[in-house]
Amino acid sequence: MNILVCVKRVPDTGPRMEVAAGGKTIETRNLGFTISPHEECAVEEAVLIIEKLGGSATVLTVGVADAEEQLRDCMAKGMDRGILIETDGDPLDAGQTASAIAQCIRSRKEKQPFDLILFGAESADSGNYQVGIRVAHDFDLPCVTGVKRMDTRQDRVIARRESGTGFEVYDVNLPAVLTVKEGLNLPRHPSLRGTMTARKKPIERIRPSGANAGLELLRLAVPATDQSGAEMLGEGKDAVPRIADVLAELGLL
Amino acid sequence: MLSRESPTFSQNWGCSDMILAFIEHDRGVLSSTSLQMLTCARKAAQDIGASVHAVVIGGDAGEFRGFLGSHGVSHIYQVKHPSLDEYAPIAWARSVTQLMKAHTPSVVMAAATDRGNEILAWVAAIAGLPMAANCVELRSSASTVLRHRWGGSLLEEAVLHGQPRILTVALFAFEAVEAGDAPATTLEVVAPAVEEKDLRVRVVAREETSSAGVNLQTARVVIGGGRGVGSAEGFRVLEELAAMLGGAVGGSRVATNNGWRPHTVQVGLTGNRIAPELYIACGISGAIQHLVGCKAAKHILVINKDRDAPFFRRADYGVTGDLHEVIPALIAEIRRRQSSNKAS
Repeated sequence: MNILVCVKRVPDTGPRMEVAAGGKTIETRNLGFTISPHEECAVEEAVLIIEKLGGSATVLTVGVADAEEQLRDCMAKGMDRGILIETDGDPLDAGQTASAIAQCIRSRKEKQPFDLILFGAESADSGNYQVGIRVAHDFDLPCVTGVKRMDTRQDRVIARRESGTGFEVYDVNLPAVLTVKEGLNLPRHPSLRGTMTARKKPIERIRPSGANAGLELLRLAVPATDQSGAEMLGEGKDAVPRIADVLAELGLL
Repeated sequence: MLSRESPTFSQNWGCSDMILAFIEHDRGVLSSTSLQMLTCARKAAQDIGASVHAVVIGGDAGEFRGFLGSHGVSHIYQVKHPSLDEYAPIAWARSVTQLMKAHTPSVVMAAATDRGNEILAWVAAIAGLPMAANCVELRSSASTVLRHRWGGSLLEEAVLHGQPRILTVALFAFEAVEAGDAPATTLEVVAPAVEEKDLRVRVVAREETSSAGVNLQTARVVIGGGRGVGSAEGFRVLEELAAMLGGAVGGSRVATNNGWRPHTVQVGLTGNRIAPELYIACGISGAIQHLVGCKAAKHILVINKDRDAPFFRRADYGVTGDLHEVIPALIAEIRRRQSSNKAS
């Protein structure tokens, strides 16, 4: 089983975001970087599948040179190798990202290089909800999105996604694309040994080409929020009568 | 490197005075998020002098005719095909692109639900067009959009290229309101061409886990617990309060990742977006990832030991204190008031 997991380097934001000079990115001077919780689950699932069924797991990202850090983190958790599609830092839209990934997959020597391609359901920052679907369309592969449970066999995957009142069940043959959501599993922490060996695992670097942005970013803004703060009802048990009054006012008692 | 020419998306999918809106429904009930989206569709239609047409796949659109009409829909395409009664994203999307080709809408939109995003992402991929997800404002015939990033913690202004403009509307960004002058609504049954290979992805079974009762989406009160709850057992008092108020219990990412609550009830960026009358957040500090999940709540009450918790700045009401003292006392107080009401 050959698995590809696609992740995205994003800032690990605190309680407030600030738009950086230029207006197209957020200020990251004092921030660390990470990948989205959905993608952490995709990585964990790939490692679990390889442990069970054998094969190899590749982690891919489209991003700046520093995104090597996220590839190493994923390799420390058990991914075998990395691919960095290196950009100059200008954000790509979903269509550009998907075509860069598709181009990379197409350039492999093998005809069908990956049995399973995993994505997060949406990226943490731009939330476009499209890259996995666009890659699946490019290769005419089946795609199940927002997957919360999966049972992977040699030739097929049974995938479940939440429906509001339960689960929808899908059953697709491999090769396939799946986009997954947090809750799929509990991602492991990297072991010291994992971190050491990750340093020596191979990373292939390539440059994307072509493709224009179809969703062209003009500027970012922090929405105005009511920061006036809460009306304080009191401390500890003393606040209880006033909480009950509020519940009554809202017609909830 | 990437080229810097101006983008061209010249696929001629045409442009008529029509906005095509993808409507979601489940077992005869229209999705409230689709009705919110129709408010946005109607606004855009008024701006450009267009009408709103709805596409309903499966089910019986006749049941919704009056409802959709009162929300501004002038024409309904009821897509009927024996293979499309159950959800099959690629085949469903293919039927929307067939309508697109036949009727050349200027905008195609859906609510930014998992399903709405999925269908329109497929439509965009099939048509070779871009798509903007989670929009909150459309300008100049949707050629410029304002959309959510980071679950709404950040707004992006972007040019949306291509024709038609394909976009989804952020949940709770618009209120579902009826149109003042509702048009007479016509209904047309269309039979799409369905290819076997597009049915490779379809729902083959359903597993219903929760009964019809209150859940995070329908409850008027949601009680959320976070790190301060401390354990799975700690949630018992929240359960008890929720039962008294007819509410539902949710959890922060800390609570679900520690296994104190199932992940299905996580409130936040990677879980549920909720919009109850009141959200009572207990022992939750208020990280951005959590706030985006509950910011559509009409009122927020925060109970936290730490007066400096950032959540207090975003709440309507605050209580400083240990939830394990406050909640049991509140339960006792409510019980006292309820019994004295009965007595009087």
